[in-house]
Amino acid sequence: MADLTIKNLKKAYGDIEILKGINLEIKDHEFVVFVGPSGCGKSTLLRSIAGLEEVTSGQIFLGDKEITELAPAKRDLAMVFQSYALYPHMSVRKNMSFALELAGKDKSTIDAQVAEAARILELEPLLDRKPKDLSGGQRQRVAIGRSIVRHPEVFLFDEPLSNLDAALRVQTRLELAQLHHNLNATMIYVTHDQVEAMTLADKVVVLNGGCIEQVGSPMELYHHPVNQFVAGFLGMPKMSFLPGQVLSGDQRGINIELQSGAQMQLPISGEGVAKGSDVTLGVRPEHITVTDKNNSTFRGRLDVAEHLGSDTYCYVKTDTKQTLTVRAPGTFLGQYGDTVGLNLDLSHCHLFDAQGKAIHKLSRSAA
Amino acid sequence: MLSLKQRHRLNNALLGTLAWGVALAIFFPIFWMILTSFKTEIDAFATPPQLLFTPTLENYALINERSDYFHFAWNSVVVSFGSTIIGMLVAVPAAYSMAFFETKRTKSTLLWMLSTKMLPPVGVLVPIYLLFKDLGMLDTRLGLVIIYTLINLPIMVWMAYTYFKEIPKDILEAARMDGATLLQEIWRVLLPMSKGGLASTVLLSLILSWNEAFWSLNLTASQAAPLTALIASYSSPEGLFWAKLSAVSTLACAPILIFGWISQKQLVRGLSFGAVK
Repeated sequence: MADLTIKNLKKAYGDIEILKGINLEIKDHEFVVFVGPSGCGKSTLLRSIAGLEEVTSGQIFLGDKEITELAPAKRDLAMVFQSYALYPHMSVRKNMSFALELAGKDKSTIDAQVAEAARILELEPLLDRKPKDLSGGQRQRVAIGRSIVRHPEVFLFDEPLSNLDAALRVQTRLELAQLHHNLNATMIYVTHDQVEAMTLADKVVVLNGGCIEQVGSPMELYHHPVNQFVAGFLGMPKMSFLPGQVLSGDQRGINIELQSGAQMQLPISGEGVAKGSDVTLGVRPEHITVTDKNNSTFRGRLDVAEHLGSDTYCYVKTDTKQTLTVRAPGTFLGQYGDTVGLNLDLSHCHLFDAQGKAIHKLSRSAA
Repeated sequence: MLSLKQRHRLNNALLGTLAWGVALAIFFPIFWMILTSFKTEIDAFATPPQLLFTPTLENYALINERSDYFHFAWNSVVVSFGSTIIGMLVAVPAAYSMAFFETKRTKSTLLWMLSTKMLPPVGVLVPIYLLFKDLGMLDTRLGLVIIYTLINLPIMVWMAYTYFKEIPKDILEAARMDGATLLQEIWRVLLPMSKGGLASTVLLSLILSWNEAFWSLNLTASQAAPLTALIASYSSPEGLFWAKLSAVSTLACAPILIFGWISQKQLVRGLSFGAVK
């Protein structure tokens, strides 16, 4: 077992740069998730690690061994594809034993390893079926089985759940978490679904436009995003953003005025922040409360209320035409068009400068 | 006014009649050829043409006496299979690289290859004849194999390319991750997955080579002459002998007709390639 290190990795197709110098360290046994919007380079990064894409420059190390130029099969990695990519003309058993056969393993070893993988993934009754006779979930498990039999150093997953229906996706997500625990293996997982990223990862890598925006634990990223992109990308529903201006600030706090005219003092360091500069206030749905409209920071019109049972997500349009997402209790009974009052939990608000960079909070308590 | 159901039935009946008409029109010459081959030369010339006559095998007996049918048939077999095997050995790797490692120029290369089929063959007859003469390949089976391979290659590459395009790239990448070499990837994953399409390609190439007449007539005399040249040898300067010509044509067509009949399912898929998914 070994760490995976990526040094200044670049990938370009002609003039178009897909990866713009990626530096990343993945520790042994870690479950790392690459997440980002479509076209951010996350799949290209995974495929570069796998050896399916030639990189333009930079290096990839597995432990002390450089693998940048090695053929995919020589890298000691296994990959699970989004489309499962099972061999349609081979039985489940053959699909799983193919790699071992190619590696020249003897028959008893192959049988034992296939049997073990089939046991772990509960595929024993399906071993003699062809992929076309399997359901989506079963195919997914065969694809995972095919990678398990090889006992690779690192498992690579390329959006493995996106072809499954919602219920199966949640179930398979749990199974993957268990599998990671049982195999104690290093796993790299690509997804555009931030819920998968938050629930599965030890470490999340947020990518955007071919660059890493932030690396950290899910909670670190959720509570201390380094910029507006990460803040907006993680969290469901999304963080709301309100433009404003700095009135004054020092090391004890910062005063801002929002476009709506509301003024507030935030426990965010105002050191070095110029008076009058543009800022954006970020606030998550759970840090806004619906209150009496005469005793509130904001007033707005309720556009949509999504009743989920336990919670109600309200989309409220302010007087200045910004939409705020609010998490209200499940018992909330507001109707379309109602005027509601909103209060912000200032200790949990985020502030971003004109470039979208986060301005440091005074305390880094994650709660 | 006809009801919807009646109109539907009428439509079906009309379409059915039309289809039968077209099928009969296509089949009639073959039917007439086989029929004529069992007539005497006098019956064959008779006006109005006779449907009822006393069948005879004398034409077949005469052909058997005059020419060595199996020599020509064997040449046809060697040349068709030889050119098809060599063609596939070139077409599969070419189509593989075009389908899975596409570049900006792949599409235009494919079109250019196909466009060579649009040239009239007679336009290159003289240079090829002279080349063959200098290389000592006139009237050799090797010469015909080479020329058939070259004329069928564009179609074979194009067809194989179309079938390979239907195969998800992921599966080949999975094989690569599993440790397959390039040859193993093609032999153990790509070919088994596209065997239906490749079978149609092989069949089409066999049929096209078997039926080819222009080059075989111009480049062979006796040693390497296939069945198409045998037919031509019966349109003699002494005049046309319809019955004998029909008999020799029937003999030349029979193997490929039977072959086509057995493999018609594959052929339909092959000939409609790209049209239906």
